Amino acid sequence: MAFRNYILVCGGTACESSRSQQIFDNLKLEAEKQGVADEVQIVQTGCFGFCEQGPIVKILPEDSFYVKVAPEDAHELIAEHIIKGREVKRLLYDKEKAAKHAQVEDIKFYQKQFRIVLRNCGFIDPENINEYIARDGYAALEKALFEMTPEDIIEQLKIAGLRGRGGAGFPTWMKWNFSKNVESDIKYVVCNADEGDPGAYMDRSTLEGDPHSVLEAMTICGKAIGAHQGFIYIRAEYPLAIHRLEVAMAQSKELGLLGKDILGSGFDFDIEIRLGAGAFVCGEETALLQSIMGHRGMPVPRPPFPAVKGLWEKPTVINNVETWANIPVIIHKGGEWFSKIGDEDSHGTKVFALTGKICNSGLVEVPMGTTLREIVYDIGGGIAHGKKFKAVQTGGPSGGVITSENLDTPIDFGSLVKIGSMMGSGGMIVMDEDDCMVDVAKFYLNFTVDESCGKCMPCRIGGKTMLGILEKITDGKGTMKDLDTLTEIANTMRKASLCALGQTSPNPVMSTMKFFRDEYIAHIVDKKCPAGKCKKLISYVIDPAKCKGCTACARKCPVSCISGSLKQPHTIDQTKCIKCGTCIQTCKFGAISIQ
Amino acid sequence: MAKISLEELRKLREQKQDALQKRDLAGKDSQIIVGMGTCGIAAGAKTVLDEFLKVLDEEKIENVAVTQTGCMGLCYVEPTVEVIVPGMPATIYGKVDAAVAREIVKSHVIGKKLVTDHIYDRPSVDIMKA
Ligand SMILES: Cc1cc2nc3c(=O)[nH]c(=O)nc-3n(C[C@H](O)[C@H](O)[C@H](O)COP(=O)(O)O)c2cc1C
Ligand code: SF4
Ligand code: FES
Repeated sequence: MAFRNYILVCGGTACESSRSQQIFDNLKLEAEKQGVADEVQIVQTGCFGFCEQGPIVKILPEDSFYVKVAPEDAHELIAEHIIKGREVKRLLYDKEKAAKHAQVEDIKFYQKQFRIVLRNCGFIDPENINEYIARDGYAALEKALFEMTPEDIIEQLKIAGLRGRGGAGFPTWMKWNFSKNVESDIKYVVCNADEGDPGAYMDRSTLEGDPHSVLEAMTICGKAIGAHQGFIYIRAEYPLAIHRLEVAMAQSKELGLLGKDILGSGFDFDIEIRLGAGAFVCGEETALLQSIMGHRGMPVPRPPFPAVKGLWEKPTVINNVETWANIPVIIHKGGEWFSKIGDEDSHGTKVFALTGKICNSGLVEVPMGTTLREIVYDIGGGIAHGKKFKAVQTGGPSGGVITSENLDTPIDFGSLVKIGSMMGSGGMIVMDEDDCMVDVAKFYLNFTVDESCGKCMPCRIGGKTMLGILEKITDGKGTMKDLDTLTEIANTMRKASLCALGQTSPNPVMSTMKFFRDEYIAHIVDKKCPAGKCKKLISYVIDPAKCKGCTACARKCPVSCISGSLKQPHTIDQTKCIKCGTCIQTCKFGAISIQ
Repeated sequence: MAKISLEELRKLREQKQDALQKRDLAGKDSQIIVGMGTCGIAAGAKTVLDEFLKVLDEEKIENVAVTQTGCMGLCYVEPTVEVIVPGMPATIYGKVDAAVAREIVKSHVIGKKLVTDHIYDRPSVDIMKA
């Protein structure tokens, strides 16, 4: 027999620490006492992603969401809600308050996420076109083909205020309008699925979970600008996404939703997949188009912009996967609907790949204007292992760090630039007190130096020189003058590089230097790495007072640099130590520390 | 299937909407949906899918369809699985391995009892219903 009610008690780390176990026990006891133990099932769950308001209790099937519940509330919850069927208003989450972020009226706001791009991910079987169709799939295409003129389509994008999600945030309608207005017998539509940012995987997940949304959007664009051929440029490292796209394309073609005379409208549109070898620079639009044409993937100067002269000199609209996935919803529900989501600066939502030192890593989609604090603490569940928050890197290797001071900045295109970072594609890497900011800057710069195509001098040589200086600093050989040199090279790279890879690659260095200058100075002046990351600046030492002489560490050390006799304090030979950290993990007495 | 007209597409959408709402897939009234994005598969979703099929077969349960979907966004508790059984709330389970899969069939599908300690919330409301 099924139960009448289900009570879900959050057992996530945050709620656990505010006595959710006690709530769980009390609820069981009360259910027993009030004689409803076999009518309700009480279970513990994982984090609800609302830790700030914890402990959380949810009662099904009514879907009542109770926050800040105390163990003493158990009696009332059972007596009122379960027995009398009346919600305990006092404990319900105040929906009004949460509504300030997204103004679409009739949504339950206790969940901070709002999914437009990921609307079907995790709902439908991506390999079954019928499930996509059932969830209003291809309804936007119907509208675009039979009820709208190209001007209407572009007008809706303009009202929506959709800006490109691939990094630069360029208004999508303008791009389409440029291409539409160029006279040409042949035009192209391109989907940028190169996704090379370290830590970013939202485009991959969108294609894996909802491939038809991109196909539908590209076809709509074809109608709007007068193109009949599309290309999806995707890295070969994404085999599952490629497979799902291929299945989706085959199914669409079979139903005549792609190919000749779509739905009997007389409009033809076809899409082909092009595989990229996985070079970061091939995500840059001009390099990507070169690569599609079979040339080496190197950026070329703009203008002419691709929208005017792109593939084979023909007008070409290129948009990012996430940008595409927004479009069917905008056309179906109208630009007006979309424009109400988000804040004044930016409309709609943004998907972030939340990774790093965070409890709940994953894909999150939030309305523009949500604060970083809400993402890190409410959705992400805070910093893992109870460590202290240090910074978040947004915008990947082109972006910068956001520190605790700016945790309450709304996340939108404008605000992020104001605080020295950028939206980028949506990688969000959380760092804690154990991360060395000089090391982080070195990591990103190392990536862009590797990925530079080498075409122009400021990027090719500037990046390498900056990296050399960072290495000098983390080796403890830096001087204060190095900081000025870094700034000088960065300024040149920003001004003189051909493409945005070179123009933005100094950003992580400049941003960490701005917000964590004291860490740079600690490396240079004190020859210390405060986070204990930079190997040349740290040493492992054994505290003779705590060492019991158990010999455990000496036996584990891979280079045998620990000596001492049984039951006598041991010592580490600093000249031989490779700073692997094995001893510190081995010691049961906490006698070894990093200095 | 052959090429369809506008009318046929609309009809198809209505039909499938009904089916998706009732979750009535070819006469099966219950569903186990396994998250099969790269993250899910890397965390062992394939083994979990196989285990579900095996246990359902062993228990001779025929009203449950096992299907796949993409990433729900709960990457930290992959593999994730959604279980839909009539008369019970649609439930999302995380950190599902072969043993938990077996438990889900025995307890949730057969015993109509939720499996404690593995339940997670869908991270967002469905805009299609909004
Ligand atoms: C080095 C570099 C890498 C880029 N990588 C990507 C990428 O992986 N995916 C993407 O969509 N855009 C990427 N871009 C941005 C594209 O050049 C272009 O702005 C974008 O595809 C336009 O689409 P949107 O208007 O929809 O954002 C990259 C840019 C640069 C400079
Ligand atoms: S800035 Fe760097 S990546 Fe861009 S064209 Fe110049 S060398 Fe190549
Ligand atoms: S731990 Fe309970 S909501 Fe996050």
